[in-house]
Amino acid sequence: MARKISMRQAINEALDQEMTRDPTVIVMGEDIVGGTGAPGEDDAWGGALGVTKGLYGKHGDRLMDTPLSESAYIGAAVGAATCGLRPVAELMFIDFMGVCFDEIFNQAAKFKYMFGGKAETPVVIRAMVGAGFRAAAQHSQMLIPIFTHIPGLKVVCPSNAYDAKGLLIQSIRDNDPVIFGEHKNLYDEEAEVPEESYAIPFGEANILREGGDATLVAYGMMVHRAMEAADSLAKDGVECDVIDLRTLSPLDLDTVIESVESTGRLICVDEANPRCSIAADINAQVTQHAFGALKTAPRMITPPHAPVPFSPALEDIYLPSAKVVADNVRSAMAA
Amino acid sequence: MSDSPIHPIVMPKWGLAMKEGKLAAWLADEGDQIAAGDEIMEVETEKITNVVEASEPGLLRRRVGTEGTVYPVKSLIAVMAPSEVPDAEIDAFIASYEIPAGEDDEDEEAEQTAFMETPSGRLRYAARGKEDGEPVLLIHGYGGDLDNWLFNIDALGEWAKVHALDLPGHGQSDKSLPEPSLDALADAAVQLMDALELEAAHLVGHSMGGAIAGTIARKAPGRAQSLTLISSAGLGEDINIGYIEGFSKSTSRRELKPVLQELFADPSLASRQMIDDLLKYKRLDGVADVLAALAESQFGGGRQKNSITDGLAGTDKPVLVIWGAEDKVIPASHAGAIAGASVEVIDGAGHMVQMEEASRVNALIRAHIAG
Repeated sequence: MARKISMRQAINEALDQEMTRDPTVIVMGEDIVGGTGAPGEDDAWGGALGVTKGLYGKHGDRLMDTPLSESAYIGAAVGAATCGLRPVAELMFIDFMGVCFDEIFNQAAKFKYMFGGKAETPVVIRAMVGAGFRAAAQHSQMLIPIFTHIPGLKVVCPSNAYDAKGLLIQSIRDNDPVIFGEHKNLYDEEAEVPEESYAIPFGEANILREGGDATLVAYGMMVHRAMEAADSLAKDGVECDVIDLRTLSPLDLDTVIESVESTGRLICVDEANPRCSIAADINAQVTQHAFGALKTAPRMITPPHAPVPFSPALEDIYLPSAKVVADNVRSAMAA
Repeated sequence: MSDSPIHPIVMPKWGLAMKEGKLAAWLADEGDQIAAGDEIMEVETEKITNVVEASEPGLLRRRVGTEGTVYPVKSLIAVMAPSEVPDAEIDAFIASYEIPAGEDDEDEEAEQTAFMETPSGRLRYAARGKEDGEPVLLIHGYGGDLDNWLFNIDALGEWAKVHALDLPGHGQSDKSLPEPSLDALADAAVQLMDALELEAAHLVGHSMGGAIAGTIARKAPGRAQSLTLISSAGLGEDINIGYIEGFSKSTSRRELKPVLQELFADPSLASRQMIDDLLKYKRLDGVADVLAALAESQFGGGRQKNSITDGLAGTDKPVLVIWGAEDKVIPASHAGAIAGASVEVIDGAGHMVQMEEASRVNALIRAHIAG
């Protein structure tokens, strides 16, 4: 277990091992190989941030570069999935989902339901999410909550390399369409990752820290901010439960409620815009199902309801910081 | 250290992953005359909480650590010294104490655990102790791994040449079984002994590992110098099948936690980290099949299917049976199944008696092997 690899390597390894295990797994997307029809440049790119690098050399034509038309190749991936393949499509930035909403929302998510359970759509759509990368408003959004709104989609957003590998393997083996959000600021984060294959079941939140004073709930990069806040609070004697949701659909509400029942304080940290966010959803559901356990109003820590700024100074204060999280826990403790 | 009358008590290192530990509580006061085995302090790590006991007798002169504080491994926590040592000398000792430079962690791990190719697949093992010490092989139970000996392997290594293995399908060994039988697992352990050039060893088995040790003694008597069977399978028909099925089938923390709590007399020992580590193991490809196949072959129908008592009847090997009185997985009433064996039933401990009462178990094994 001592081997540490980055989240980028963990995702690459998950794709590699699943392509080796199952010949129906294919990978497609923009520049994931090296530019269509460019001999000598094969494997040059490996995707915009190099996540698929090296896979073409091992698996050849089961990786394909697609035209810059998301609606065309996401549609192709969805169609291939219904016909027996297990495509993993890389959409580069989740911000581009808008042009292929029909393929995802109205086709992939609906097939099983519309065809009376006879159609399976085992497609995975990988996309980079999140801010802090100096990539401006059109390449920095945390659009995960949009997908949790749609029944029929499974939605995943790992916070670390270990989870990324196990959740991606589970996504590929799952028979439903999966939206897999990869935070671009976490690609270089390292964790201990087994060399063997493993699948992490969906709907199983991870408890990273047990405290008892307050419940911090987060996913993706915000897990790190929550942990940082919990570490600093512990120095003042405030001990937090920190819950990493890992998958947003299905959602492990039981683990959150179980924790809130012992702490009485709920603080959700979400990188998405506040309206109709994961934080809003969790707070509403906990309030509905465990109102009696709450000692104080649940708190939601999110960016403002505004696009991600391009100015580095503004982008840094746009994102919830560990200090803001800790301040909110302190105010919840005082309430 | 032996020529200095001042003896430091330091933060212990329980297992390779441990970097620091919290001094949870003092269990002895300054001025106490301590006997070997007396409890000095309680230490809490991410994985487990346990007490630190005195390895030798002496006078507790100074408590250096503060309750509730986290200290790096090998930090000075307390000082023992005879009463004639002046306070100033103790002060000087504390002031000049430095944490011994640890070997690089990765080197340490490479040195202390390794892999061996055997006909039963690639097996991981840990090695400790003296080359000329008595050879001891530690065999874990169903779903376990060599870390089940966290509190034993270093203590035994002080006088013995100790190896602990991950059985096939377990820990970091290959996740496949030649076949789900005690014979096949016993063969795998013997194959590892061959690869390690261990002609024979004192076999120490926990739970299903005890049944494996008994099987080795029957099949290859020359390889077993003695047997220590801890909370052992194979000594009766009863088994808490709810535990076995729960362990085999649980895929979530919420399902697994109450199952693991059955392993201990004190359920709080089933820590978040322990549950997490086991879930990580259970998620690996192949593990679910291994656990299901073994559960069926050993405990199918809710009874233990395999007995080692007939095979050990009339054995000339010394046999020690150790049990936790509060074992909720295999009842302690099985402890008397082998005629002529020494039997120790330890109060206040459950199935993982070698963890919950580590010092006691370590001392019993040492006395047993010393004859």
